[in-house]
Amino acid sequence: MKKLLIFGLLIFIGVEILDVLSEVPFGEDRMKVSNFYLEKSPEVLKVSNVVTAIVVNFRGFDTLGEVTVLFLAAAGIGSILYRRRSVHTELNPKRTSTEASNIVQAGAKVLFPLIILLGAYIFVHGHLTPGGGFQGGAIIATGFLLMLISYRKFFVKHSGVTWIESIAGIVFVGLGLLGMVYGGTFLENFLPAGELNSLISGGIIGIIYIAVGFKVGAELTGVLDTLLNISQDEE
Amino acid sequence: MQDFLTYGIYGTAIFLMLLGVYAVLVKRNLIKIVIGLSILDSGLHLLFVAIGFISGGTAPIFSPMAIESANKMVDPVPQALVLTAIVIGFGVTAVALALVIRLYRHHNTINIDEIKNLKW
Repeated sequence: MKKLLIFGLLIFIGVEILDVLSEVPFGEDRMKVSNFYLEKSPEVLKVSNVVTAIVVNFRGFDTLGEVTVLFLAAAGIGSILYRRRSVHTELNPKRTSTEASNIVQAGAKVLFPLIILLGAYIFVHGHLTPGGGFQGGAIIATGFLLMLISYRKFFVKHSGVTWIESIAGIVFVGLGLLGMVYGGTFLENFLPAGELNSLISGGIIGIIYIAVGFKVGAELTGVLDTLLNISQDEE
Repeated sequence: MQDFLTYGIYGTAIFLMLLGVYAVLVKRNLIKIVIGLSILDSGLHLLFVAIGFISGGTAPIFSPMAIESANKMVDPVPQALVLTAIVIGFGVTAVALALVIRLYRHHNTINIDEIKNLKW
């Protein structure tokens, strides 16, 4: 009976949404606002990746909120899982996971710097190629995850993570405030736009995405480290 | 053909969303509920990106070869929104999993039928 009710509800929701969407034909026109963005982004901002231009410049305040949500999630996990934690250092490995095999360890050692390099490349070139701060930060965190699961004794210094996070956040907000001083509004793009398709272009967009990349990488690494170090506290 | 594409792609996205809602409503295992929320997210992202697509469109990135190709580009606004939504989805999943770990510590089970505190 209950399942029947749930299926009825699901079918109702599905049919209603599909009914609304049949008014929006697939693969046809764009909205007016995106035509504006597509026009402005290469001509005024000199940014070739329009998605980056929208995320960091046109909707920069929204991105600041997004970064704040990510920070709150990281801080929330820390406080939800809080326990009087014994210090986890090189001499006092607390992870119970078994040591990975030699092949994984050697491979991880080789791959780790390359993964970090790829992540850095992606967030530095966020305004030229697909990708950006969030994606690059996520890739950097996967590099740290590889090290965390292959070496039991590998540990992330939480004070270092906190410092990187705070400095990156301060850079973002500071650029916004500088925009207020020089341009009139918060997060105004006050630096010269430069040349389309060159690395130094787009004014503050590149700097903000580098800060976001560091922040996201540090936060995700912190989250992974917290979640991996929690299980052995059980016993 | 156009109808098939419209209903096929939107239908897939909506099917994923409904699958997520079904998991959240029916499953009793908290981890599976979190997975359901995650699937719901994926369906929503697919729907957004599908709405922004235009036939024969390219990625909204200007390359040195084709500066003037703006009229063939897909809608960048839903893509930017999905970028935001993915990050928020990550935050939701991470906090939900942390709460599950906390509940497990208290009750030694992740079956919500056995967690009596949830009933009133």
